[in-house]
Amino acid sequence: MKTVWTLVKRELGGYFTSPVAYVFLVIFLLLTGFFTFTAGNFFERGEASLAAFFGWHPWLYLVIVPAIGMRLWAEERRSGTIELLFTLPIATWQAILAKFLASWLFLALALALTFPAVLTVNVLGEPDNGAIFAGYVGSFLLAGAYLAVTCMTSAMTRNQVVAFILSVVVCLFLVLAGFNPVTDLMVRWASPAVIDTVAAFSVVTHFDAFQRGVIDARDLVFFLSVIGFALFATGVILRGHRAG
Amino acid sequence: MIKIENLVKTFGAKRAVDGVSFAVERGEVLGFLGPNGAGKSTTMRMVTGFMPPTSGKVSVGGFDVVESPIEAKRLIGYLPENAAAYPDMTVQGFLSFAAELRGLTGKNKKQAVARVVERCFLESVLRQSIDTLSKGYRHRTCLAQALIHDPQVLVMDEPTDGLDPNQKHEVRNLIRELGKHKAIVFSTHILEEVDAACTRAIIIDRGRIVANGTPAELRGMSELAGAVTLQAKGASLERLSSLGRVESLDGAFRIYPKDKSRSAELAQEVIELVNHHGWKVEGMYSERGELDEVFRRITLPDTAKA
Repeated sequence: MKTVWTLVKRELGGYFTSPVAYVFLVIFLLLTGFFTFTAGNFFERGEASLAAFFGWHPWLYLVIVPAIGMRLWAEERRSGTIELLFTLPIATWQAILAKFLASWLFLALALALTFPAVLTVNVLGEPDNGAIFAGYVGSFLLAGAYLAVTCMTSAMTRNQVVAFILSVVVCLFLVLAGFNPVTDLMVRWASPAVIDTVAAFSVVTHFDAFQRGVIDARDLVFFLSVIGFALFATGVILRGHRAG
Repeated sequence: MIKIENLVKTFGAKRAVDGVSFAVERGEVLGFLGPNGAGKSTTMRMVTGFMPPTSGKVSVGGFDVVESPIEAKRLIGYLPENAAAYPDMTVQGFLSFAAELRGLTGKNKKQAVARVVERCFLESVLRQSIDTLSKGYRHRTCLAQALIHDPQVLVMDEPTDGLDPNQKHEVRNLIRELGKHKAIVFSTHILEEVDAACTRAIIIDRGRIVANGTPAELRGMSELAGAVTLQAKGASLERLSSLGRVESLDGAFRIYPKDKSRSAELAQEVIELVNHHGWKVEGMYSERGELDEVFRRITLPDTAKA
């Protein structure tokens, strides 16, 4: 575990030694603000909730999370430092876990900095703070699922842009599978069982429950298994490269 | 310390390393020579556990690199090709990072970092980030990382590549000094380095070992080895050819011994001939043989051989 922590510290340090991290945080906060208050009609809704805030997260993360995670392995492969990393006495899973955790912590920080939104609803009305907490848990897990997918696509290539695009495509599928306009389209030719199965693979379906304030074990299992699977696939891909 | 048996690595249809075996003990410095693309880097990557071999066995300090990679990697210090290092870290940060991953903490870590900083002359750039360093400093930073845990086995891929002559000299001295107590393998395509630093050299070509011996033995494989070059007024090709094959150079003659084992006597015979005819000697050398001639002869494709 100490090894993982050393690696996490290095990765996190990597974000903050350049201005990129601060620029990113500012952009993230501006975008969440814009989506919540302008595009989300926060004030016109007339309800004390953060539905306008959380509702946009599956779409916002689609761009934000791949941008944070794309460099994780691609950069390591491009610069050749991967050779250094994997000749140190560490296991592959430790490196994979550490890189994932470091970026996830960074996203957690970005999410935590949205706290003024919570203060705002509490000043304006009496929201269900339990539901807001559940929303944050869901949002954090959602970011984790996207990030794990980005880890996987980043391991596939030494080009960060390719990693970004691949990741957006995969994550878009995870969103659209449960997006109402898409499921409505499928109604014409697919049986309800098929639609439900496909929708069950969508992050939106599972994220909705969190927004309503429900932390269901099934949804937790879904997000954690997406993360687990993607990180496992990352390991397989990395091993494949080294085997030549 | 390092033992390699029948190592094979294939990339698709290409056999990058094709049945390489050798062993390196403590106190030995093995130079790994070969043209570009001969399989040097691939072999080193398998020794350090970065790539698994297609077949064959690698063990370091008795640990099989595939079966117990962590234990084997603990014993190895590795300087990868092009001295890769994290550009966003400072030299100090990078070295403590490497030390921590090697299990060093607190006082031990500080001492280890101070030791390699002194050894690799990094004092002046300690707080600089790695991407602002010159190539020589970046190289030494990466070398310092490889030495941080005072490893028993040191593997270096082209350690002097891109350094200026003074830095090359320093690195070679360092290798020779470290080689007294460690098992060292380093690759190069600069032949003078073999003389400067190695106790033994292996020449590899298209994935196979084509020569293995001490620098002197390899040099002895040269056609030139044992020949005598004579520059003297009055000397003539006809008279000298009684001693062996004679080649006429620009104002001088090179006499090749008929039999290499008799090369020591050749010089004496030349002197006797000179005295007999009363030639005026301006210069005379006994050739030791040239490594680059040996290298070229055994690594050129068959079709290009004379």
